[in-house]
Amino acid sequence: MHSLLTTDVGKRLLLLGNEAIVRGALEAGLAFATTYPGTPSSEIGDNFFRIAAESELYFEYSTNEKVALETAAGAAVSGVRAMCSMKHVGLNVASDPLMTLAYVGVRGGMVIITADDPSMFSSQNEQDNRIYARLSNLPMLEPTSAQEAKEMTKAAFEISEALEIPVLLRTTTRLSHYRGIVTTGPLKPAKTKGDFEKDSARFVPVPVHARLRHKVLLDQEEKAREMACQSSFNVITGAGPWGIATSGIAYNYVSDAIKDLCIEDKVQVLKLGFTYPFAEKLAVDFIRSVEKVLVVEELEPILQDTLKVAAQTNGLSTPVAGKGPGLFSRLYEYHPGMVREVIARFFGVDYSPPTPINVKEGTGPVKVPMRPPNLCAGCPHRNTYYIIKTLLKDMSVEAIFPTDIGCYTLGLLPPLEMADFLICMGSSVSSAAGIARTTGKKVIAFIGDSTFFHSGITGLINAVHNQHEFVLVIMDNGTTAMTGHQPHPGVQLVPPGWDKPTISIEAIVHACGVKRVTTIDPRQLMESKTKVMDVLKSDGLSVIVSRAPCPLYEMQITGRKKETSYRVGVKCEACKHCIENFGCPALCLSDEYNKRANMVINDDLCIGCGFCDQFCEAISPKKPRRKKVD
Amino acid sequence: MDSYRIFLTGVGGQGTLLATMVLAEAAICAGHNALASEVHGMAQRGGVVESTVMIGDIKSSTISDGEADVLLGFEPVETYRAMRKCSADSVVISNSVPVTPYTVAIGKATYPEVGRLFAFISDRVKKLITLNAQALAEQAGSAVSANVVMVGALARSGVLPIPREAFEETIRTKTKARFVEANLRAFDLGFSAL
Repeated sequence: MHSLLTTDVGKRLLLLGNEAIVRGALEAGLAFATTYPGTPSSEIGDNFFRIAAESELYFEYSTNEKVALETAAGAAVSGVRAMCSMKHVGLNVASDPLMTLAYVGVRGGMVIITADDPSMFSSQNEQDNRIYARLSNLPMLEPTSAQEAKEMTKAAFEISEALEIPVLLRTTTRLSHYRGIVTTGPLKPAKTKGDFEKDSARFVPVPVHARLRHKVLLDQEEKAREMACQSSFNVITGAGPWGIATSGIAYNYVSDAIKDLCIEDKVQVLKLGFTYPFAEKLAVDFIRSVEKVLVVEELEPILQDTLKVAAQTNGLSTPVAGKGPGLFSRLYEYHPGMVREVIARFFGVDYSPPTPINVKEGTGPVKVPMRPPNLCAGCPHRNTYYIIKTLLKDMSVEAIFPTDIGCYTLGLLPPLEMADFLICMGSSVSSAAGIARTTGKKVIAFIGDSTFFHSGITGLINAVHNQHEFVLVIMDNGTTAMTGHQPHPGVQLVPPGWDKPTISIEAIVHACGVKRVTTIDPRQLMESKTKVMDVLKSDGLSVIVSRAPCPLYEMQITGRKKETSYRVGVKCEACKHCIENFGCPALCLSDEYNKRANMVINDDLCIGCGFCDQFCEAISPKKPRRKKVD
Repeated sequence: MDSYRIFLTGVGGQGTLLATMVLAEAAICAGHNALASEVHGMAQRGGVVESTVMIGDIKSSTISDGEADVLLGFEPVETYRAMRKCSADSVVISNSVPVTPYTVAIGKATYPEVGRLFAFISDRVKKLITLNAQALAEQAGSAVSANVVMVGALARSGVLPIPREAFEETIRTKTKARFVEANLRAFDLGFSAL
């Protein structure tokens, strides 16, 4: 049984923030869950995926976040409890349904998880999704611990059902990926079947209906504000003349800093967990009771500005500070030492920070090598890049490479360096059109299989219709690899028990109207080169589907083991072709200190794909292979 | 009780996250509050993996520079790279076996002498403990158990208020059944190495 399905009550579990959200949803009687995977939210869906296999829960990996949100909304308007989880930029994709779902509302409770990524550990931006609560007028909760993540998820369903609008629950990477102790409560049996009661005046927002629904939304928002003022998630603690207002993960840093600085008898803390609508009455009471306020919130000065407005509205001139020189930044995540230091400075508390050991200065610092991320040994994406890179070199053609979001974005790094432009999921296809038409140059765009289903298809239809000329390479490794091998509509190797139909990428590409469609197996060098050469020589719009499974996923699903080891023989003349054009981590210099050294294959890293054997005469299998890789 | 901040660092594939979990669960098993933090995502195989464990009355799950009580390093260069997290009061426990970075493997960078790294560290922290966790793991019959060897060494160092039994109980109940025996042997060899 999945550990989060335990029926023990009062059991203490060490859970990831994401797992705590899953448990909270199960304790709230969740019936229906959707997601599109994205760090740091992915473990929510991955746990639901496993739980759905052994419970009444319906779960799906949807093709993108907009689809996920609309699908979950369909369940929620039909009266069951639904959850939709995504990373922060996923909510941009889902923002269109979000804004109007707020107008029409839901019947069963609906909770939307947005997992933000301050410091951009694995994202292209660090947008502050608290702003979406203000934009959509929907309630938002922000937990500070795993236990709170569970409790707030349960509460979010209650709030949503009471107000008949979706509720946003926002985490950040540090909450999603930290482990804390969670005490289990009783599981609630889910109501899995509902009915759709027709009410077109509510659910079909033609202008005449939408005007009425906007008013309903603002009325519900005011009720939510009352709930926020009464909520046990919003509290004032401590006593003293100094005020600190905080929410989210920053609350933990504040709480520890107050203890470390021994100022427990001097500070009151306004801790907000039900952060939107703003609990104005509570906040004004807080401002009145202190001499000055320091706001500790990561990213944008949202709470700070809201407190200033509340103070001004209520005729209070209490200083409210947060962001600014000598205080906090709008950039990146915070950390305990930084928060302690700013609190000490702002309130004039004596404090000397610890002295970190400096590895950059002092006597005898050592220069240490970097460890940049790299595509895994045997990754077929590297083969695809190598095939195209070497062909372009042979043809003396310079190309521009729009790319997309996935493992293959690592094609950015040397020696491949085949990534020139990227903004969001699906942007490779559409931006390629604009770049090609404007520059007149060869444009080769790269997109992964899951990303193609997510948001590449509409761009491709546009490219056909508007007669754009470029090459689109769909790198199909059969899984959503980077976020943890989640399935997508084009999966071929499937997890046990998987009974969903597979949708052919080639059929979609043909149906979009693309005339030149070529499929290659990037594990076969010569055959692929011949096919790709024909495509590169032609004009117009072409699609190459480069298909080979992610080896990690393949090993996991099929149990396939390495069949052959490879060796570098005496023919190696240290030409460095493999280092300068391919960059497989298993191909190393025999002596790292000697630049003229021959190559060797690190047998621990090599997965035996045999691709290098196809471009280098010096490389051969250690024992005769039964057959060529196919 | 006092609180303890432990910073763990290693290379993807070394099992730092399992060690993180074992340490946090062992602390809970010993009756303490514990938190752990890890970063997922772009950490591909071969990249740096950092995590933290906090024990005691503490809410923050991250460690600022100079604030680690203990640094558990699974690889010498990564131990050195993480020295910014330590101060003169820190205890450092490091595996002495390098994992060659790709930049070194292709001659774009060189791997420093491990002795120089350790001498630098030893001069600046309260205590440096080093061990060949790889050899001990192989002796335990499971080359991939070097992470648990390191946890054994940490247990023996006596820096943390967690008895040996709590670690062993955690290994028995929270690690994969087929690895339990090898992990217990690895823990014991790490424990006895000091």
